[in-house]
Amino acid sequence: MSEPRYLIPGATGDWEVVLGLEVHAQVLSTAKLFSGASTDFGAQPNSQVALLDAGLPGTLPVINRKCVEQAIRTGLGLKAQINEWSRFDRKNYFYPDLPLGYQISQFAHPIVGEGEIDVEVEEGEWIKVGIERLHLEQDAGKSIHDLDPASTYVDLNRAGVALMEIVSKPHMRSPAAAAAFVRTLREILRSLGTCGGDMEKGQMRADVNVSVCKPGQYEKFRETDDFSHLGTRCELKNLNSMRFIQQAIEYEARRQIEIIEDGGKVDQETRLFDTVKGETRSMRSKEEAHDYRYFPDPDLLPLVLDPAWIKEIQESLPELPNEKRERFEKDYGLSAYDAAVLTSDTDRGRYYEAVVETGADPKLAANWVNNELYGRLNKEDVDIADSPVSAAQIGGVIKLITDGTISSKAAKDVFEILWEKGGDPAEIVEREGLKQVSDTGELEAIVDKIIAENPEQAEQVKEKPKAMGWFVGQVMKASGGKANPQAVNEILRKKLGL
Amino acid sequence: MSKLIEFTLTEALEGLEKGEFTARELTQTHLDAIGAAAPLNAFITDTSERALSMADASDERRKKGEAGLIEGAPIAVKDLFCTVGARTAAASNILGEFDPPYESTITANLWKEGGVMIGKVNMDEFAMGSSNEHSRYGPVVSPWRRDGKNDKLVPGGSSGGSAAAVSADLCLGAPGTDTGGSIRQPAAFTGIVGVKPTYGLCSRFGVVAFASSLDHPGPLAKTVEDSAILLRSMAGHDKNDSTSLDVEIPDYAAAVGRSVKGLKVGVPAEYQVDGMPDEIRDLWNQGVEWLKEAGAECVDVSLPHTKYALPAYYIVAPAEASSNLARYDGMRYGARVEKDGLVPTYEATRGEGFGAEVQRRVLIGTYVLSAGYYDAYYLKAQKVRQRILQDFRDTFENVDVLLTPATPSAAFGFGERDADPIQMYLNDIFTVTANLAGVPAISVPAGLDNQGLPLGLQLIAPALGEETMFAAAGALEKAANFSAKPKRWWESA
Amino acid sequence: MSVTKDEVRHIAHLARLRVSEDRLDTLASELNGILDWIEQLDEVDVEGVEAMTTAVESSLPMREDKVTAAGDRDAVLKNAPKSEEGFFVVPKAVE
Ligand SMILES: [Mg+2]
Ligand SMILES: [Zn+2]
Repeated sequence: MSEPRYLIPGATGDWEVVLGLEVHAQVLSTAKLFSGASTDFGAQPNSQVALLDAGLPGTLPVINRKCVEQAIRTGLGLKAQINEWSRFDRKNYFYPDLPLGYQISQFAHPIVGEGEIDVEVEEGEWIKVGIERLHLEQDAGKSIHDLDPASTYVDLNRAGVALMEIVSKPHMRSPAAAAAFVRTLREILRSLGTCGGDMEKGQMRADVNVSVCKPGQYEKFRETDDFSHLGTRCELKNLNSMRFIQQAIEYEARRQIEIIEDGGKVDQETRLFDTVKGETRSMRSKEEAHDYRYFPDPDLLPLVLDPAWIKEIQESLPELPNEKRERFEKDYGLSAYDAAVLTSDTDRGRYYEAVVETGADPKLAANWVNNELYGRLNKEDVDIADSPVSAAQIGGVIKLITDGTISSKAAKDVFEILWEKGGDPAEIVEREGLKQVSDTGELEAIVDKIIAENPEQAEQVKEKPKAMGWFVGQVMKASGGKANPQAVNEILRKKLGL
Repeated sequence: MSKLIEFTLTEALEGLEKGEFTARELTQTHLDAIGAAAPLNAFITDTSERALSMADASDERRKKGEAGLIEGAPIAVKDLFCTVGARTAAASNILGEFDPPYESTITANLWKEGGVMIGKVNMDEFAMGSSNEHSRYGPVVSPWRRDGKNDKLVPGGSSGGSAAAVSADLCLGAPGTDTGGSIRQPAAFTGIVGVKPTYGLCSRFGVVAFASSLDHPGPLAKTVEDSAILLRSMAGHDKNDSTSLDVEIPDYAAAVGRSVKGLKVGVPAEYQVDGMPDEIRDLWNQGVEWLKEAGAECVDVSLPHTKYALPAYYIVAPAEASSNLARYDGMRYGARVEKDGLVPTYEATRGEGFGAEVQRRVLIGTYVLSAGYYDAYYLKAQKVRQRILQDFRDTFENVDVLLTPATPSAAFGFGERDADPIQMYLNDIFTVTANLAGVPAISVPAGLDNQGLPLGLQLIAPALGEETMFAAAGALEKAANFSAKPKRWWESA
Repeated sequence: MSVTKDEVRHIAHLARLRVSEDRLDTLASELNGILDWIEQLDEVDVEGVEAMTTAVESSLPMREDKVTAAGDRDAVLKNAPKSEEGFFVVPKAVE
């Protein structure tokens, strides 16, 4: 695995950036982590709120088994240690969208320990990113500050929804690597069915720890595990798109380098990314530094997992993106690139396999899905789940190409019709007269006629065989574009004596 | 006053079953008695209309042969239990006129067994206190007075209103909560029975939390048998409380009256504390004699970490409380004191809404959990707690129950222990160990001091050893034959 | 360990309790009294002892992934000091 190098030139020479991520992923479940309220976000504020979620006196938490299962499933997907004994702690702080005055989280004893995932930063450039831990915790509610100049409006629909906080080791060294990590993680969670992964809907949010150091320091850190080799880190909170993750890191790294080069010191702090200005700014002043007073939640007991249950979940695990990529290369003979693109998204991979299952040639199918279909989906900004052309239809088109019924050019026309109007590919070909002519007799007659009409060119072509293209063009024209180019080539070669 | 209110729960249930009187009559009589007992300041929320309609419904059920365990019995509810449609404020200003849209499991269980909610009763704010002097409704006055004296005494706390209500015959039983002694100490002060069951036997759902790992709902009653019936009505597995025990609830009342022949009773040396009044020591010795006479075998035992229970408690309980009380911020319910900006509003709401004792404990709890102090205080206390539990386990290898005094003194006057918080905390010195270990304990009225004030003895049993505990308590009650009643001075006041 | 007036002010702020300046000294001495008394725990040997966080020995019970709370907005908002259009309304909270 090669290590992509990302250097930032400064006044005192080059700098490197070191990145660790904390990703909050919303657990896919019907009800909340500790209450029986729905996780559907209704348009109505405070309409999905159980008594506990509003922090009413005397209400108590009872854990949702599904959320525990999802955390275990995710841990197994990250090839991480599952802790058979874990515990919930309270993280105490005051904020209006935190109704209990504390967040129930797993501080000292998380349900999932260390793991590792492979991340492809650029084509063919892979890195390994260590997972520090994964723990379950409650989400907070939503504070809306812009409805009233003097007040904040609070909606607790989100309050108490289960989150998995997945913490990476500081193993990423470029903004692209950080974004690729989030993308890979998202695909793993989506294929496991443990998180929807939609960043726009807030189903995944990333906090990025950024520090800068001189070349060579990171290697010393990896050798010794001693953080003192790295610079002071700042935590960039709540980044909700790949673009913002990269922009925020770029800005923050430059900011830190400037401070150090001006003889200053970077303060360890939490910062927010202003997406409008493209800048990070300090979130809290130092004297407001939080003291969360963690302690074991006395309303809950330790979470003890039955090893048989973990095994059962392990056995039900689906194929993960990396495993799928390797299988695509091997079983379908795809290039590493095609396989990676097809497995970069669970739905894309699933669509592709559905095309192959119709009996379509796997390589042609890869081209069609990646180029024709995605070209069009991207252009029209349509999600693959809403594609107007089905896998069966694409499979039908490919079959018509491979059995010589239509040319690839005609196939594109068929696709166009499928996209606009739908229908059965074979019927469309029939109806629109797109069938190519492969009948040798018919084609020979056309070839004979054209050679007879153009004796001079026929002579020249014997000395300059490349000029045969002109004849191919003439035949195609005469056939109204329906001639099978392969057959035309063969007949021409024979008749022209090439 | 009608004779009806002097009945015990057991007697009243018998009378109802025989048709000697109706639940409505019984309820009305108690409501009248409550009306005449305003000087005690025990009842703080009037639910009389509801009481009468519950009584009528109860009479209907009894007629149909569907009587529950406590069918038709007037029950007073501590202000800590959430009750639908009846203000629940934990005796704190911060909750304002909080009207819970849900019922606590304990009260729901009591109503399911036919109990009649006669009213809500006073307590120490958030159950923090041993004298019931700390309440938004003002202090509860004990029905008891020293012989020939008129000065007001405290009923104990925090279930002071519940204890006063039972002792003054204003109800037939009352669910209380006991975090460090809050059922047993006021029971001892007012000459009644108080039970703190095994942790997890009675659900905490819908009970305003003080210290989650130490809070135990349990009954206050006139007799051991009454308390056994009430406990059976209240207890049971609750899927809404993750710490609720999933066990069968036996017929505890059947254990009362069971012979204690051959029962091994431990007398722990460490409960012999410095400065213990002679009367209490004498009563304790008397208790040993009574149990011996009933056929039990009494042996000296040692629980070496007993003296550390109270200081450990004063770390663990405030720590949990500081977090449990964080939700009272005036944002979603309760009395908000609006200031300019969020933090000033939080601070004013909580600064004005919580009383002095609550603030003191929230500060202590915040301190012992804060950065740099967690290990030295909280973690250490939880390790000491393990030692205390181990003491109990070791001891219960050899004995069936422990006999100790319930309190280090009889009831005291207002303001007498208020100057020094630690003096007040020492009230719980004999009761708090059972809360830390989660084992069941009962306070049984056993005698009067030389000023005519009640004194109690405590029995502690191993976890889920309630039946043994009730058997021993029954024997103690029978031997002590405690029959003193407070003079009904409040009716003419 | 001894709590100073400044520490009491800090703890009070952490706990979001408004404490007037003239009460800080009294509170500091009360807290110190209690903490001094608590210090006797230092006498206990807790070497190798596991902290006890609950008296219950079983493990955490789990419930099914079902919606059991009705999402009754009126019940949730009925005790709110201030609400509008279904939201809780609180003093401006800006980070
Ligand atoms: Mg975090
Ligand atoms: Zn988190």
